Amino acid sequence: MSTCIYIPADTLAIALGADEVAASIASIAKTRGLEIEIVRNGSRGLCWAEPLIEVETKSGRMAYGNIGQTDVDGLFEADFLNGGKHEKFLGLAQDITYLKNQQRFIFKTCGLYDPCDLAAYKAHGGFSGLHAALKVTPDKIIDEVEISGLRGRGGAAFPAAIKWRTVLGAKAAQKYIVCNADEGDSGTFADRLIMEGDPYRLIEGMVIAGLATGANAGVIYLRSEYPWAKTMLDKAIAIAKAANWLGNDIQGSGKSFNLSVFVGGGSYVCGEETALLESLEGRAGIVRSKPPLPALEGLYGQPTLIQNVITLCAVPDILTRGGAWHQALGTGRSTGTMCFQLAGDVKFGGLVEVPFGQTLRDILYEFGGGTRSGLPIKAVQIGGPLGAYLPPERFDTPLDYEAFGAIGAGIGHGGIVVFNENADMRKQAHFAFAFCAHESCGKCTPCRIGAVRGAELLAAETPDLGLVHDLCEVMVDGSACAMGSMTPIPVQSAIRHFPHDFNVRQRLAAE
Amino acid sequence: MTRWNETKSRALIEETQARGGALTSALRALTDTFGYIDPAAIPPLMQIFSRSRAEVLGVISYYDDFRDTPPGNHVVRLCQAESCQAVGARELTELVCAATGLKLGETSKDGKLTLEAVYCLGLCANGPAAQVDGKPLAELDENKLDAKLAALQI
Repeated sequence: MSTCIYIPADTLAIALGADEVAASIASIAKTRGLEIEIVRNGSRGLCWAEPLIEVETKSGRMAYGNIGQTDVDGLFEADFLNGGKHEKFLGLAQDITYLKNQQRFIFKTCGLYDPCDLAAYKAHGGFSGLHAALKVTPDKIIDEVEISGLRGRGGAAFPAAIKWRTVLGAKAAQKYIVCNADEGDSGTFADRLIMEGDPYRLIEGMVIAGLATGANAGVIYLRSEYPWAKTMLDKAIAIAKAANWLGNDIQGSGKSFNLSVFVGGGSYVCGEETALLESLEGRAGIVRSKPPLPALEGLYGQPTLIQNVITLCAVPDILTRGGAWHQALGTGRSTGTMCFQLAGDVKFGGLVEVPFGQTLRDILYEFGGGTRSGLPIKAVQIGGPLGAYLPPERFDTPLDYEAFGAIGAGIGHGGIVVFNENADMRKQAHFAFAFCAHESCGKCTPCRIGAVRGAELLAAETPDLGLVHDLCEVMVDGSACAMGSMTPIPVQSAIRHFPHDFNVRQRLAAE
Repeated sequence: MTRWNETKSRALIEETQARGGALTSALRALTDTFGYIDPAAIPPLMQIFSRSRAEVLGVISYYDDFRDTPPGNHVVRLCQAESCQAVGARELTELVCAATGLKLGETSKDGKLTLEAVYCLGLCANGPAAQVDGKPLAELDENKLDAKLAALQI
């Protein structure tokens, strides 16, 4: 009988040599006359252990972490095909503490199988949410989403059901579901992981959203920096279509839903929903004025539901297990789980899906294990380039939308970037302005000019911080979208929490 | 990459339009095929998508991915975003710029190498990250990146 070996084929694992490891294992097994089957699975999101290979044994899937090509001979010597001990042996994959301490439902099957293996997805409960949705009315589907308390995971945390009901209520011959997969925030990779590792979950969520709102066409707006996700999505869509989970008369229900992938052009602002629509329609990604809301007049002027990848991936389980189950997870108005992503100078970086309510410190230390460099943490930036820089004094804040709002920060897409004591927060604040200047679509003056002036001010030998704050006030109050109105968040939080880094004279005197 | 030719370029634009694709989709198809958008592709883009020259040029110049000159034979994209900054991307970038004599966004005079900034490849837990000729790289340091660049034989 052949032994099954799982070797992830996600971008990170490939970047760290997983393809070479797979080739070595196959070649040595052949030489030794051992029967093996290599499955290229998705990643489980344990980025610190990639390439993380697993061997199917009688006692379960045994994991070996950080495997390079040079480890392969040793693995065979250690009889890894039978779960033999090796210095890189991590035990049963499911019992790895990092995984065991999470409460996954969005990511529960990511990394368990070949991402495009439809039978494997179904065997793990896939499409049961869609089955449930096909049996009820659109209103009933939205009722469950409303009860669940699901809020958009892309950053704005807007209650999903309100958007869904608006699109359902809009009268139009054509409606659209647009998945915002323009995950441009540094420190975030949850969308990439799930699109590369469990694409059918996204497809299922989008079909359910189509049934609920009366939309029979969907587009995934994918950033061009994720070429592997494009490959996996295209393949999964073709297979799902051939198996009648997409296309016309889905599973004999009489309902139709067609889905395609659109690749962006490398613009950060296109993650903003109206800029995204402009881009889809063939124009520069310049934000639209709201109203009209995209839910009423979106893509090509038609009612359009726009949701982030993770939001849509949460939907199948909400339909299967019921909205009340989801509502019971988390805390206050932040229901369900959040897929945090630990990045930057962190020892155990990766995907951490836990219910809302744990503190930032829990995530940073219990999961992250502190810094990779071993230096003390100086700051973390949470929520991408438009997120606040927080000092250790704020690490006990519980991770929920309202608690973070109260300290002038946000959770955004859940990216947490760790900086050690060598970080220069003035450089980081300057970068926030410079990035905004680079990415600004130019529609509104506060963002277009403010970002340029802000970068100039912070480049001065002794920056006029009073003027920086005035500028930030104008940007917050006067910008057309989050790019301009939220750039002041990293800038002002850096100044507030790390004033020492901004005063050159004071710093020189101290040194 | 395919060498630019007018017939193929026009066919790509027509195919995109015929399947309901937008101007941005045609620009993507041209970029994926030729590595850039040749100025000679502008008139057919204008004609087939019923857009003015200013509109077409505006869309091309808006997006970082769309170039109007061919990239070098090899393209090295270094992540400049915060997660990679936190683990030394700035310093690594300085070293690469010094070694190649190029700034980010420049192509060498002999056309062999293009150096570009990229803002996030989604490898944020394992920075610094880069993409060399489309292939992802993570956990870079000077030695590892030097070896990769040496392998390009530029």
